Amino acid sequence: MDDQIRHVLAEHARLAVDVGDVGDDADLYQAGMTSHASVNVMLALEDAFDIEFPEHMLRKRTFESVANIRTALQELRNGSG
Amino acid sequence: MADGEGDEGTMAQRVRVGTDITAIPDVIASIERFGDRYLDRLFTEHERASCAGPPEVAAAGLAARFAAKEAVVKVLRPAGARPAWRSIEVRRAPSGACDLALTGEAARLASEAGVTDLGVSLTHEGNIAVAVVVALHDDPPPCG
Repeated sequence: MDDQIRHVLAEHARLAVDVGDVGDDADLYQAGMTSHASVNVMLALEDAFDIEFPEHMLRKRTFESVANIRTALQELRNGSG
Repeated sequence: MADGEGDEGTMAQRVRVGTDITAIPDVIASIERFGDRYLDRLFTEHERASCAGPPEVAAAGLAARFAAKEAVVKVLRPAGARPAWRSIEVRRAPSGACDLALTGEAARLASEAGVTDLGVSLTHEGNIAVAVVVALHDDPPPCG
């Protein structure tokens, strides 16, 4: 899962640093991801994992770090999102 | 009126300002990559209709509207979930003047913040679109 998340981030997050150098808990917005880029990340994650983020998960915090994205995806896959 | 000087116990009004900037080529790329899923997630039918025209022209209008939505979020200052993008709508009058219409979570946040009026200004030049939003909100008098 983490490899897919990082692949999506590499393609869409427009980070100012290499995604491989970003720690699991590092703030992706601090690393250069704009609000608009986070929309692309959200849509690309939906494609990659065949899920749809519900409105209540569309908070800045959901896409703030690799760890937070992983948690959100796990919640959606477990049906608790 | 900002920082009103009304009678004791009356509600003063204060101003919040939000601004945001969006790169127009990013919007074009997102439309090319995600198509209607991108457009439907972010923009209302009215907004899409307001931005009809050649792709570059449409993208400039949409980029300005995305900036406006982000600027509204900045003035609403949500503590938790952010409002859905479509719950913040840029309404364009036939004259070209634009206003904001909030529904759902955005309207609830505005009500909680005591927002009584919102104004928006959009502009774009070259590859950049910008929006500025001004909100008037009630500032309750201090307790005691």
